[in-house]
Amino acid sequence: MIILPLFIAIPLLAAFLITFIGGREDRWGIGLSLAGVSVVLLLALYTFFMRNGDRLVYEIGGWSTPFGINLILDAFASFMLITVNLLAFTSLLFSMQYIRYLSRDWKYYALFMLLVTGMNGVIMTGDLFNLFVYMEIALLAAFALVAYGGRAEEFEAAFKYAVMGALSSVIILVGIAVTYSAVSTLTMAQIGEELAGKDPLILHWIGGLFLVGFGLKAASMPFHAWLPDAHSSAPAPISSMLSGVLIKALGVYVLIRVFFNVLGAPDMFLTAFLVLGTISILVGVFMAIGQWDFKRLLAYHSISQIGYILLGMGIATPLGILGAVFHLLNHALFKGLLFYNAGAVETALGTRDLRRMGNLTRLLPTTSSTSMVASLSISGIPPFNGFFSKLIIIIAAIEAGLPIYALLAIVGSLLTLASFMKVQRYGFRGEKMIEVVKQHIGAGMNTAMVILAVLCLVTSVLVIPGIKEAVMDPVVSAILDQSEYIRLITGR
Amino acid sequence: MTVYVLCFALFLVGVYGILTKRDLVKIILSIAVMGYAANLFFILFAYKSGAIYPILTKGATDAPMVDPLPQALVLTSIVIELGTTALLVALAVRLYQKYKTFDITKIRRLSG
Repeated sequence: MIILPLFIAIPLLAAFLITFIGGREDRWGIGLSLAGVSVVLLLALYTFFMRNGDRLVYEIGGWSTPFGINLILDAFASFMLITVNLLAFTSLLFSMQYIRYLSRDWKYYALFMLLVTGMNGVIMTGDLFNLFVYMEIALLAAFALVAYGGRAEEFEAAFKYAVMGALSSVIILVGIAVTYSAVSTLTMAQIGEELAGKDPLILHWIGGLFLVGFGLKAASMPFHAWLPDAHSSAPAPISSMLSGVLIKALGVYVLIRVFFNVLGAPDMFLTAFLVLGTISILVGVFMAIGQWDFKRLLAYHSISQIGYILLGMGIATPLGILGAVFHLLNHALFKGLLFYNAGAVETALGTRDLRRMGNLTRLLPTTSSTSMVASLSISGIPPFNGFFSKLIIIIAAIEAGLPIYALLAIVGSLLTLASFMKVQRYGFRGEKMIEVVKQHIGAGMNTAMVILAVLCLVTSVLVIPGIKEAVMDPVVSAILDQSEYIRLITGR
Repeated sequence: MTVYVLCFALFLVGVYGILTKRDLVKIILSIAVMGYAANLFFILFAYKSGAIYPILTKGATDAPMVDPLPQALVLTSIVIELGTTALLVALAVRLYQKYKTFDITKIRRLSG
């Protein structure tokens, strides 16, 4: 299928065109990046809804499977592509005004498009080393974007992030080396096929190295130390890209692909996901409650919400996977929105400290009402999407005979509610009277927030029985059906 | 077996450096050392004693060759590491301009 390489080629081409014709202004940067991301988003929607259930394969350069690299687009990949490019689109809308406060040149947009390229590549590739290369493209762009504001804290956060990123990349590279030495191939489907008959010890080595490597990228609990700094120091649209989709595309998505489609869901690692997920939920939310810096609070919540996704993955029943995938989409929407809210408040008041905000409902009506939607959604209040995905994960845990995990997930959800009541109580509806805003929130920023707020409500329909079967079930079956994934590539 | 152990020791040197050194430049060098260990690891897996280089030339004997794929992959990985190192050095320079020090314990404006 000719459509597959476009997901990578279009953002990459946009990045290079922006560098060449950018000039001194950011007009070309904005135009080209918005055009590129819109086209990719439309293509992703087309492949997901029009060709539902089809699994498309593209062999790069016409080299057949054992020799060449292939791109795979199944329902799960196109679901992720929609999530990534949707958030990238709203981030660009938000950036148009926000980034002008920092600078007026095209570099931001070129780096942003490289970030999108890397993530799209990671999602589609069927080759382990190719995945590593795309991951590094996305990460290098992310390091630079975290430091984009040019303040001391941002360089500090970017340096920490880059050190942790380099460490995890080396661990992943060693994992790839071990895999190659065991099975003599790097095509993911063939690895899965070859590993089936090998010594389980090799499986443990590969799984362990990838769990640590990609766990660091996903910022699950023992590997989370870099996340609060990097995600709270970055410019707001980049925070929302990092928290909303980057930790998922490079972390959770690859974990799901590697452990379910390649390694065939070994029990030992599923238990590890359960435990790490639950610890992440609780520790993330406990650390979040104590924060007064709005963006840092949100960053700790990202760790907690990633925990829910890992918990759903660890349950590994179709219902658990459904919950995990659904929560992955929902978290991208509401966490993206919350970071836009934080960016808008920072633009208007010049502070991120909740104690110095207050009474924003009149001054910033769009920001405070959309933040209410997002807060209710992340805390799991019906009818917003966060409620349904958490409910699915909890029901799946009970059905799988893991009531303790279900209970801990509920506790985590209540604590989330508590910490977002704090945000609303002090931040947006506080008693402190603020009369003037420093800078007005423009149409682009408001549009971005409204789009995500509406989607927070609209994605709830995905749990309605008829729609769920049509939309979510192909995604779940793409994850759980390992033999189908292998057959797609090897033809056996 | 000894080479693998030595290679692992090199890896641990890198990890030790990242965890204990306070100087930004030494941390960057430790990351580089760790990267070299990973690359060496990859090459060692593909090595066969007594094998020839994997280039087909006229009149070459059909002796066993070493696996060429890891060597190609390691070249890519070296380039990526170069990029990462360059970015880290650039960040370290900017950090020095802001904080007037390379000491990681004095660069703590972000709360834990």
